Amino acid sequence: MRDLKHSAITAAWFMFLTLPIMVIHVNTIEKTIAWRWENMAYVGAGAFVLSYVWRFLMRRRDGGGFRSLSPGAAGRGRLLRAAIEDRRISYPAAAAFAALVIAFPFLFSLYQVNIMISALIYVMLGLGLNIVVGLAGLLDLGFVAFYAIGAYAYALLNLHFGLGFWVVLPMAACLGAFAGILLGFPVLRLRGDYLAIVTLGFGEIIRLVLENWGTFTQGPSGISNIPRPGFFGMEFGLRGSIVFMYYVVIALVLLTIVVVSRLKYSRVGRAWMALREDEIACQAMGIDKTKTKLMAFSLGATWAAMAGVVFAAKTSFINPASFTFLESAMILSIVVLGGMGSTVGVILGAFILILLPEYLRAFAEYRMIVFGAVMVLFMVFRPQGLIRDRRLRRKFRPTELRGDADGDSGGATDKAAGMKAAGAHG
Amino acid sequence: MADIDPVLDVRDLTKYFGGLRAVESVSLEIMPGEIVALIGPNGAGKTTLFNCITGLYMLTAGEVALTARGQRKRLNGLKPNQVTELGMARTFQNIRLFPNMTVLENVMIGRHCRTRSSVFGAIFRPPATRREEQEVVDLSYGLLQEVGLAGLVDETANNLPYGAQRRLEIARAMATDPVLLLLDEPAAGMNPAETSELQALIRRLREKHGLSILLIEHDMKLVMSLSDRVCVMEHGSRIALGTPEEVSQDPRVIKAYLGEEADA
Repeated sequence: MRDLKHSAITAAWFMFLTLPIMVIHVNTIEKTIAWRWENMAYVGAGAFVLSYVWRFLMRRRDGGGFRSLSPGAAGRGRLLRAAIEDRRISYPAAAAFAALVIAFPFLFSLYQVNIMISALIYVMLGLGLNIVVGLAGLLDLGFVAFYAIGAYAYALLNLHFGLGFWVVLPMAACLGAFAGILLGFPVLRLRGDYLAIVTLGFGEIIRLVLENWGTFTQGPSGISNIPRPGFFGMEFGLRGSIVFMYYVVIALVLLTIVVVSRLKYSRVGRAWMALREDEIACQAMGIDKTKTKLMAFSLGATWAAMAGVVFAAKTSFINPASFTFLESAMILSIVVLGGMGSTVGVILGAFILILLPEYLRAFAEYRMIVFGAVMVLFMVFRPQGLIRDRRLRRKFRPTELRGDADGDSGGATDKAAGMKAAGAHG
Repeated sequence: MADIDPVLDVRDLTKYFGGLRAVESVSLEIMPGEIVALIGPNGAGKTTLFNCITGLYMLTAGEVALTARGQRKRLNGLKPNQVTELGMARTFQNIRLFPNMTVLENVMIGRHCRTRSSVFGAIFRPPATRREEQEVVDLSYGLLQEVGLAGLVDETANNLPYGAQRRLEIARAMATDPVLLLLDEPAAGMNPAETSELQALIRRLREKHGLSILLIEHDMKLVMSLSDRVCVMEHGSRIALGTPEEVSQDPRVIKAYLGEEADA
């Protein structure tokens, strides 16, 4: 009942606020004023319903503490988990998924394959940024700079020296890592908002340089005729080359997933997370802050640069307009929406944010509004993202800490050698 | 006594924050295996002294040296992580765990500076890395057993009750394999039962690992029964140093704690 009253008040307030724009229509040519009262009714009804739904959702969220403990919800979660852990179910499911991934270009049109390649590029970018933002907790708003560096590295090296995709890919990765360190040095002392602003500036600097250094980068007109990757000199037709591109991207994404998740559960990944959680405690525990931060920046940038090479090869034309701040925001949204730190979450986030707009072309004009609304709703109702990062469970056999610290290669080695860390990844 | 180097040697340590004299020319020596308590009224500069010793703050003047494994090293100008690597570990007054990491991972972080595997090892996982990783896990688990948290390894740190968080902080500090442990108010907020448990734990750690311990504490009962020597600070200066009995008789200490009589 109270909700109804509140919603009615909200509706009345909105009707009042929108009165000048929605109701009064001044025709300056005929010098008449039309009063469109029916619009006011629409606004009122709309505001009332929205407000009521909003209040209902908020109440549900606040009551979420005991709701999630209700047997139904917990049972569903457990069932899913059991299904994942049961090999009779998970193995065939994984095999079917792999088959679908491999057969995809032959089942769907070229247009679909192209969209899928874009989405996969964003998966790479998202996983790269996930190292910086999700694991190390360094808010980077200029990530697109490294993407641009990779793309331009391929375009320019190909233009001037005729280097191919496979030669440039590792070169661009190194270049990205180096650029990451270069950006990392000046921002070592910065955190949070300050870091975000400086990285934002860095992203813009790169874009402006690309735009204005005409003699080197060909300016806003961009570079065209960038070749697609070859395969031992084999020639593909248009369709063939796109399908091949698809497989190349799939391979690179798999590589990214393996490397990033291995990093995550390693000594280095732990140091990143500690840095994210508490910088002072992290230093007091003997972690070199400088080294750890630079490593996060450079390893994140590596994937962005590689994604850039793939992007340049895929579109065969690049110009600075592809590397605006909006792109950085998009990649960051993927990470935040997917779930910071979670590999599966970031992959899902990339697919949702890239594929949905493609299939929602009918609502093209409202895309950004929907996008913004979805982000707001997500942050209100599920701030941890689609998939919450799960912690690794390990097996252990206790060993004694030795009195002196100069090495841990003593008896612990033999005792522990047989044990293996068993992982349950999220 | 004369031929044994003190583990920690603080000489005339001074720290000013602008015009504020937080610590004024404090000297302190801690012998191997000794438990020294640092007490004093609020704002006396105890935590500042800690932060200076562990490298969190730059000293205004003075010298700090740590003798670990027979080598004396000057700590002035070193970063906190370098100090920790040399063999000094600390806990914090307002608990600073890594809240969203598991209990086990929190302790594993402590092993960071004693392990070497890097990005290459993380990606390719050669046997050496896997062995090192398993050693870290096993050792951390051992430490958690020692502080009585073995049942909670997979819990995230922010879900632990207060007393357990304090003990986890000690386990994490122990994982860095220190020769000197600095505890900043380890018993704050604990009930008497937990406090006596903590006292036993600190004693046990000293016996087992040959640690020296410097602790800041307000719980006088704990200080008097646990420490070998007590250092009293007031307004940034050391006003007394001695055995608990000596210190509790010291008129300046009594004055600092109880105030002067009204018409003295």
